[in-house]
Amino acid sequence: MKIKIKRFDLEKNPHQKTEEFKVTHNETILDSLIEIKTQQDNTLTYRCGCRTGVCGSCAIKVNGVEKLACKTQLNENDLIEAINNSKVLRDLVVDLSHEEKFLKNSKTYLKKQSNEKVTSKDVKLIDVQSNCILCQNCFSSCPVYEVNKEFLGPYALTRALRYVNDKKEANTLDIINSIQDNGVWDCTLCGNCTLVCPQFIDPKTDIMNLRMKSVQAGFEDKSFAQFNQGFDSGFDSGFDTGFNPSGGFNPNGF
Amino acid sequence: MIDVLIIGSGGAGLTAALNAKKEGAKVLVVSKTYPTHSQTCQAQGGINAVLKETENDSIQKYIEDTYKASHKLGNKEYINYFCSNSENTISWLDSIGVPFSKNIKDNISQRKFGGTKAKRTCYSSDYTGLKILHTLYDQCLKENIEFYNEYQLLNLIIENNKAIGITALDIETSQVKQIKAKTIILATGGYAGLYYGFTTNSYSSTGDGIASALNAGAKISNMEFMQFHPTALENKNILISESARGEGGYLVDNQGNRFIDELKPRDEVARAIYKKYEEGEKVYLDLRHLGLDKINEAMPQERRLVQEFMQLKMEKDLIPINPSAHYSMGGIITDIEAKSSIENLYACGECSQSGIHGANRLGGNSLLEIVTFGKIAGENAAKKAKKVKIIENTDSEQFLIDKNYIEGIFTKDSEIDFYKRKKELGKLLFKNVGLFREEKSMKNSLEKILEWKKELNLIGLNDKSKIFNKNLTDLIEYKNMIELAHTILISALNRQESRGAHFRIDFKDELENYDKNSILFLENDSIHIKLEEIQ
Repeated sequence: MKIKIKRFDLEKNPHQKTEEFKVTHNETILDSLIEIKTQQDNTLTYRCGCRTGVCGSCAIKVNGVEKLACKTQLNENDLIEAINNSKVLRDLVVDLSHEEKFLKNSKTYLKKQSNEKVTSKDVKLIDVQSNCILCQNCFSSCPVYEVNKEFLGPYALTRALRYVNDKKEANTLDIINSIQDNGVWDCTLCGNCTLVCPQFIDPKTDIMNLRMKSVQAGFEDKSFAQFNQGFDSGFDSGFDTGFNPSGGFNPNGF
Repeated sequence: MIDVLIIGSGGAGLTAALNAKKEGAKVLVVSKTYPTHSQTCQAQGGINAVLKETENDSIQKYIEDTYKASHKLGNKEYINYFCSNSENTISWLDSIGVPFSKNIKDNISQRKFGGTKAKRTCYSSDYTGLKILHTLYDQCLKENIEFYNEYQLLNLIIENNKAIGITALDIETSQVKQIKAKTIILATGGYAGLYYGFTTNSYSSTGDGIASALNAGAKISNMEFMQFHPTALENKNILISESARGEGGYLVDNQGNRFIDELKPRDEVARAIYKKYEEGEKVYLDLRHLGLDKINEAMPQERRLVQEFMQLKMEKDLIPINPSAHYSMGGIITDIEAKSSIENLYACGECSQSGIHGANRLGGNSLLEIVTFGKIAGENAAKKAKKVKIIENTDSEQFLIDKNYIEGIFTKDSEIDFYKRKKELGKLLFKNVGLFREEKSMKNSLEKILEWKKELNLIGLNDKSKIFNKNLTDLIEYKNMIELAHTILISALNRQESRGAHFRIDFKDELENYDKNSILFLENDSIHIKLEEIQ
């Protein structure tokens, strides 16, 4: 089977170039990458760890769509490349230093413990969001970074909701406050993040929920303000949940 | 000046970091991967504790179960502390935000694991390790703990028998760095990854910290005890947690017959399964009777893994499984303060032999260990650091040696394909130092390992780039793997009995004169072994 890989090594060439390899071990893309590295070309560079889709280290793009290499089956002529929105260090390895920055800026941690009793129902409310593996698939698929490198982005905002919805947190307002600038209102609600999440998390809906919680907490609905500036349709949106009729779900991406 | 330098950013390292910081120490965490890429994320099933609400259980029963599983190699005092403190450990995790699953009474849910008398294992569905790891990471960010990610440990710097720092490779640039600190904690994980191709572990679990400790003169212990998990997906070695059996799953053979009590300790269940394979039979995990709702609630990740990697459905199909190297009981020997045998050097988590697991670890005890001893290591290393004088940041001899070595290796071509060797190593260990062991094949394996050890100097790099050179990091890992394979073989040959995970077909009984820890240490460049009484 043939596989195409976009390669990059600044020491050799300032540009990416696509190389083709033949592989026999093709159950998963990670298996194929390992076969190439160990048997054909020791210079091929990628990250990998658990091989079971839970450490999040092997995020790549396959034919333009974000995947985990360890969980994705190889098809003939697949094009493999590094994820978007981050500096490529080498081949499929990108700089991940933004992760710490976005999480810190969003204050995604338990700040102050409440005395409230946490029920099984409460735990279920944050179950899906706390399954995030920080693989960066959502980050890579997000079009907002093209215009705003400081956007907190889908994983940090999903994590913010995880702590906002956590009954154990007594100071949710502080988190809500930290996601107003370059945060919930900067999302275009395109839904790409939701489509590429290997953990079936829906950051788009999480962001919409955070918008609603922001408004409830007294913050200005910036999308509503922008919407009114852009249109004069007399369209009465009523109570705003953050849904933007000019954005919405775009299954084809951009 | 760094007070406490922590190597490794899994559950043990992050817990140590948080607790050292709490003691007022200046902390730096150096890690080969990113924190959330660590092996801890793969722990699915749960974390043991006797809570106030736990029914039909007591600390005493927990201590007895853990000691029994250790086959007399556990340290009673340490186990006593470990179990008695379990509720505090869970409370702390709960207080920092770990979303434990709750039962209908809104208490933390507990399930039954093998080798226990009660439902004692707390969990977060089957993502327990992932949720603990990420919660710890979030807290580290809150506390502004400093990380050097993707730095590979090379060696410890020892002066006057004291640990004063490390040398590490900055993977992004291939630069060798020297980091000095008042105290050092190794939290680098286990060595089940040596069973390459036959392990549930991450590719990163290569025992680097243990190898560096041995080379620095520390005592390492009980390397022969490798736990095989009974249920990994056949030929893929992807873990299906013990929770599958804990929730009532069956193990069945070709004829659909159950052949062992599924909740016996892991060593016994794994051997029973392996025997079936040797007889030409296959073994399946049968969860069909549990129903989809129960499966979705208790093991959503496992259901997904089975679907994605085997194209099977847990609620409808039998799942073919095989045993797989899963957890290494041996490591750097530590006392109740998490101190190693070298001054100012501490160890915690799977890289340590902390006197809890002995010859066999109970499921649910490893997550408790990383948090219990991570805390102890962090606190003690921070307290000790206050008494250590500032260390001069002059270039150490170790730094110059390692710098020269790394520079030199870029000019050296490889005569040996170490990737091929790594595969052979995994196969050799699984076959000859696996579930069943005997002298002749182990002696042959030892010869082979010694041959490969001699060849290490012939290995160079085919990748000459200085940027993110994984060929180089793979080679450093391979050297550590060979070093540790050597210690596993010496220990397994030396223990002429069967005990826990170490089963010898030529010495089938557990013998009283082996109620001792294996201790390995380096002297005059060669590895020595002795047996030491349990303290």
